[in-house]
Amino acid sequence: MTQNSQPTFWSRKREGFGRGWYKFSRNPLSIVGLSLILLIAFLAAFAPFVTPYPKHAGVFVNFAEASQSPSLKYLFGTDVFGRDILSRIFFGFRFSLLMGVVVLVLVVPPGVILGLVAGYFKGSWIDTVIMRITDIFLAVPPLILALAICSVLTPNIFNAMLAVSLMWWPWYTRLVYGLASSLRNEFFVEAAELTGAGRLHILFKEILPNCVSPIFTKMSLDMGWVILIGATLSFVGLGVQPPKPGLGTMVADGRIYMPDQWWITVFPALAIMFVVLGFNLLGDGLRDLFAVEEV
Amino acid sequence: MAEKIVIVKDLKKHFLTSRGTVKAVDGISFSIKEAETLGLVGESGSGKSTVAYTVMGMYRPTAGQILFRGKDISKEARKRPKSLKKQIQIVFQDPGSSLNPRRSIKQILELPLKVHGLLTKKSGTQQVERLLEMVELPLDYMYKYTEAIGGGEKQMVAIARALATDPSFVVLDEPTSALDVSVQAKIIKLLLQLQRELHLTYLFITHDLSLMRNVATRVAIMYLGKICEVASAAEFFQNPVHPYTRMLLSSIPVVSEAEEALKPKKILSRGEIPSPVDIPPGCSFHMRCPEKRDNCSREDPEMVTVGEGHTVRCHLESQNADSHVRSIRIPTGGI
Amino acid sequence: MMSEPLLTIKNLHVGFDIYGGHLKVLDGVNFTAGKGEKVGLVGETGCGKTTTMKAVMRILPIPPARVRDGEIGYKGKDLLRVNLKRTRGVKGKGISMIFQDPTAALNPVFTVGRQLMDVVKYSTGDDRSGDKIRDRAISALKDVAMPDPERILSNYPIQLSGGMRQRICIAMALVTGSELLIADEPTTSLDVTIQDQVLRLLGNLVEEKGNSTVLITHSLGIVREWTDRVYVMYAGNMVEASPTKELFSKPLHPYTQGLMKAVPKLTGEGIAEGVTGRIPNYLTPPPGCRFHPRCPHVIPICEQERPPFFDVGDAHQVACYLYKE
Repeated sequence: MTQNSQPTFWSRKREGFGRGWYKFSRNPLSIVGLSLILLIAFLAAFAPFVTPYPKHAGVFVNFAEASQSPSLKYLFGTDVFGRDILSRIFFGFRFSLLMGVVVLVLVVPPGVILGLVAGYFKGSWIDTVIMRITDIFLAVPPLILALAICSVLTPNIFNAMLAVSLMWWPWYTRLVYGLASSLRNEFFVEAAELTGAGRLHILFKEILPNCVSPIFTKMSLDMGWVILIGATLSFVGLGVQPPKPGLGTMVADGRIYMPDQWWITVFPALAIMFVVLGFNLLGDGLRDLFAVEEV
Repeated sequence: MAEKIVIVKDLKKHFLTSRGTVKAVDGISFSIKEAETLGLVGESGSGKSTVAYTVMGMYRPTAGQILFRGKDISKEARKRPKSLKKQIQIVFQDPGSSLNPRRSIKQILELPLKVHGLLTKKSGTQQVERLLEMVELPLDYMYKYTEAIGGGEKQMVAIARALATDPSFVVLDEPTSALDVSVQAKIIKLLLQLQRELHLTYLFITHDLSLMRNVATRVAIMYLGKICEVASAAEFFQNPVHPYTRMLLSSIPVVSEAEEALKPKKILSRGEIPSPVDIPPGCSFHMRCPEKRDNCSREDPEMVTVGEGHTVRCHLESQNADSHVRSIRIPTGGI
Repeated sequence: MMSEPLLTIKNLHVGFDIYGGHLKVLDGVNFTAGKGEKVGLVGETGCGKTTTMKAVMRILPIPPARVRDGEIGYKGKDLLRVNLKRTRGVKGKGISMIFQDPTAALNPVFTVGRQLMDVVKYSTGDDRSGDKIRDRAISALKDVAMPDPERILSNYPIQLSGGMRQRICIAMALVTGSELLIADEPTTSLDVTIQDQVLRLLGNLVEEKGNSTVLITHSLGIVREWTDRVYVMYAGNMVEASPTKELFSKPLHPYTQGLMKAVPKLTGEGIAEGVTGRIPNYLTPPPGCRFHPRCPHVIPICEQERPPFFDVGDAHQVACYLYKE
């Protein structure tokens, strides 16, 4: 056979993508989730250009138009400072997504690596050390830990991210520990070891690829959770500080004006709900995408 | 006279479990000459796979010795020199689990080459192509993943992987048990052809006696961790001596009258196969044996020669041997 | 020659929707099992034998499976068109199935007794007292030659050997009083000596109770020792149907002949390759006879039209143009 009959790199990628999309799109809700997230990401990225009142996201006061109920001019109404809620929500998405992405980037690599190592060496002292440290972090109620850290350090979004990261990594270690400790007994790992492959290869090229599916699914679901916790921290004053438009902060701001000026709280709350919902549906779709199917 | 490249002496592998000691392999001895195929046959619990895994180094032997080309290799694979791993390879029973579903076939075949520094940057793809050609698979399979190919083809990839480092000794653990008859035929033909071309030595494990008849040079049958009978393939099937061998042969379904005629008279197998945790005293087979004598439940028999290259572990034969061929009696050993 | 038909499959077409199109798996399957008959269904992986039986039991995963045509006649009703609620009665009382892996077929967290008695309760729709149900279960265990049935009732599947588990599955299948038993590779996961035991038991029971049995297997040897009549299946079609003795003395279809050649023989003749090539891609199956690309005796008409069953003697039929009269 000549070299020409081999599929090219790009044709293979296209084929893989097509097959992946087929698996993903079996469930219409996955597409709903993906669309939601894409929409929110778009709004967040281009907020200054798509919001009707970009200046309202920063320091801005206009008491003449304060506390307006939703209208054609201000689709979600205005808050007590006269700021357009819709615009602030778009900017708020930025903080939410930023929080989610930064926390996961900080948490996933170390969590996964620790889990891989502990799982592969299950039964040895490495396993014991890693997993007991993990247990300690898991034993502390997560919100308490976050509150404690944030109250010691200056309350701002970065320290909130740090706090959430510190309490989040053990879940990945646990997940991957379970996967790795059973995968290491698979025959294909045995075959690689018998051939003489080194430990690094086994961990990252044999075991890790088989963990990818649950990890990605969890990451997607976690985005929702992290955003929710970030909103909670902002709600109690330890996250995004006013006048910045964090979604949780906005919910807190509007709390005292309930139920008369309900729009100040309800719309940001709905925004949080849709972000979380989008990631949850996306997570289900990712799980279908990674499923290994035999015909 | 071909040299014996694999010699196993009194190999034992015991596992400690909560239910007691599992004596999976309890004193096995055999040897394999270069370019020959030793067939290891047995039912579940016989220990045949454990023998394979211990020889490969997946388990550390509890006792006994494994010699490869004269060198003692009775340790775990981790402790063996890397150069040895090039020489001895294994093909597992279930290709679905012995090939990583998340790696492409190219990556799977490249790994042994990479590990032993045989992969050259320029001709890497060509080397993989050569391997695929060796097992008669289309070259565009390189970029496929195992989920896209059938069971027989997966097993051929596993064979190609085993042969990538040009080994001299290959252990085949039930390589075709999970496959259909026509696929099995293709793979066995390929294995025998490669054996001739590359001068390979095989340890072939299966429970399928009909297959064994056509593959092995010599056959050893195992029951509960011990070898019951060893003979050349022809002798084993034409003149089976051990009651277990005869029971097994009489139970296999065959497809022609000629084969029926060859089978020993039907021996109805009674009872269940005992668990290796709970091995009966004396001869481990006595509870199911239709020819049981008094001392069978007390003493474990020793290996006795009953013909040229034909040894049996049975009290009936010890008695016969005692009475006329005393001088050839060989204590717990093999060949 | 053949007894009164119990199960009749006519022209069954079943396909699966996947990425890239539609897999046309079953391409007009015809199959009959008569009362009290032991029928074998032989074929290799992917030929569609399990799909056929799943269609009979109405346990095909629809979607992605789709029944595109055909009928399955059982006791005068077309199983494909009967209301699913009503087929539950048929599944329980009329047709039972034994699966390949008894370990997977039994629930590990319930005792054998509980599972067996559940089957008795639900299949006979009885509100008999617990004691009567227990007795029925014990007698079923005795039928399958289980030693010490009372003790077995309180055992969990994991405490028993593979052969015993399969015998319990057989007991569960027979206790429903069904007239048709479908056994899908019932002994593949068992050792040879135990396999022999189980098959002999199944044979005796079936003769005693007069059930019809469909034995699905890829082992020609088992079919030869155990069945009255055989169907050979390839790529979604039945290619040969014959009384068992005749199939082994005179295999006619080139595929059957290839299979016979490929089986390793105890007489030590070496292993012939038998059938070259691989099974067709169901996305784009070959036109005409699906076996023609691999057939050593192919003639032009084979590539155009699928051959129907031709009669070649005493209840022996072959789907091959070589035998067109």
